[in-house]
Amino acid sequence: MIAQSFVDDWVPAFWLALLLKTVLVVGFFLVVPLMVGYMEHKVLAHMQARLGPMEAGVFHGWAQLVADGVKFIQKEDVVPTAADRTVFSLAPGVALIPYIATLVVLPFGATVFAIDLDVGIFFVMAMASVGVIGVLMAGWSSANKFSLIGALRAAAQLIAYELPLVLAAAAVVMLAGTMSLVGIVEAQRDLWYVVPLLPMFVVFLIASVAELTRPPFDMPVADSEIIFGAYTEYTGLKFAFFLLAEYGGIVVMSGVMATLFLGGYLPLPGMSAIPAPLFMMGKIFALSFFIVWLRATYPRLREDQLQRFAWVGLVPFTLLFILLLSVAKVMF
Amino acid sequence: MTEAQFTRGIGLGLLKGLGVTLKTMLRPAVTVQYPHVKPDLPARTRGVIALKQENCTVCYKCARECPDWCIYIDAHKESHEPAGGGRARSAKILDRFAIDFALCMYCGICVEVCPFDALFWSPEFEYAEYDIDEMTHEMDRLESWTYSVLPPPPLEDGAEVPEEAAS
Repeated sequence: MIAQSFVDDWVPAFWLALLLKTVLVVGFFLVVPLMVGYMEHKVLAHMQARLGPMEAGVFHGWAQLVADGVKFIQKEDVVPTAADRTVFSLAPGVALIPYIATLVVLPFGATVFAIDLDVGIFFVMAMASVGVIGVLMAGWSSANKFSLIGALRAAAQLIAYELPLVLAAAAVVMLAGTMSLVGIVEAQRDLWYVVPLLPMFVVFLIASVAELTRPPFDMPVADSEIIFGAYTEYTGLKFAFFLLAEYGGIVVMSGVMATLFLGGYLPLPGMSAIPAPLFMMGKIFALSFFIVWLRATYPRLREDQLQRFAWVGLVPFTLLFILLLSVAKVMF
Repeated sequence: MTEAQFTRGIGLGLLKGLGVTLKTMLRPAVTVQYPHVKPDLPARTRGVIALKQENCTVCYKCARECPDWCIYIDAHKESHEPAGGGRARSAKILDRFAIDFALCMYCGICVEVCPFDALFWSPEFEYAEYDIDEMTHEMDRLESWTYSVLPPPPLEDGAEVPEEAAS
């Protein structure tokens, strides 16, 4: 059963509804990643006994990222002479759009979403892996060895961690019996999947941190080794796009994690008076906080440690778990 | 560390690390919001050198000891007859005393060497200028720094009492 978006109930006209949905999704994508970025500034600072931004926007530097955005727009847009201009300019868009596309299927309430695809989680996984093509394009077209190394590392990392990510999601799909994200959330009404699938939640969390190339898995942008990886040659608005893609990625992956394991928009027990989208937002921010917390706590792994951890640790573990889960599913 | 110790400790260590950062986050930050809140500097801070003109006897010791030669002193001699008659007495009058803080390396030798306590350290530090010439502080300005000189901190327990205080 495919649920209907609230927008379609309000606005029966297809094109008008489409326009409204686009505005909502893009608006969300332009606002919430900035909030997460600001949270990262502040949380990271306080975890290092600092204050973080305090000046922009008077109150605790809330407008810091707006100011950063204005600054990025003013910067000169440099394209290296040896760079492949077309690919170089396209790359930020290719890195950014998959996350917007993923947002389209993310449910924020029983009817609050742009569209409920019956292949929802499949779509999410497919889209999440397109982003790395943008990074590869950026690294290749920059005509810079650091960019290329960074891009190749990003690609290798994605291949390594996509497997545990997909397998962990497959465990959820096996329990829920549906790939629709709304269906998966509704299947958790009795029990959030984080309880029966706790190991898969941990695997999914680790794999998404790796997939987002966030610390401690940030070798593709390891600044002490390869400057800023694939983004080394980027300036101004294009660089800002990559940053937005990174924070957008955190929001989207947190959203997917919340949907798959933490009951998505389902309220906490006894708090059903609070609107469902607020719960989804709360879960997204809690998971984003955790991702930032990891960054403040752990040092960067080495490239070979990262690959080893994925292939020797996570992949066999998730495969074994899936095997046991399917046996259990057939038996009971 | 053996392999076994490493694997046993790894999970706990990761959690401990998270605990450390969380605890730090919940503690108040150590940052002082400088332009809004002035730092509470200790008495011995080497901010700027202040000159108490009355105490200066124009002995030139500071200027000569200065490793950078950043102290400028001009003076002349004045003699005056005492009212009750007798030999004319002469005194050195300070015309100019300037420190070029663009050259000064804040070693404090001048303060140490001054035999009559005419030079002091003041914790004042906000005297950046757009023009390097402005970094030469003439004696009026040096005198004005004396108002921000802090009293010396109390001696630690068991410290040797300085000669001046003992006598």
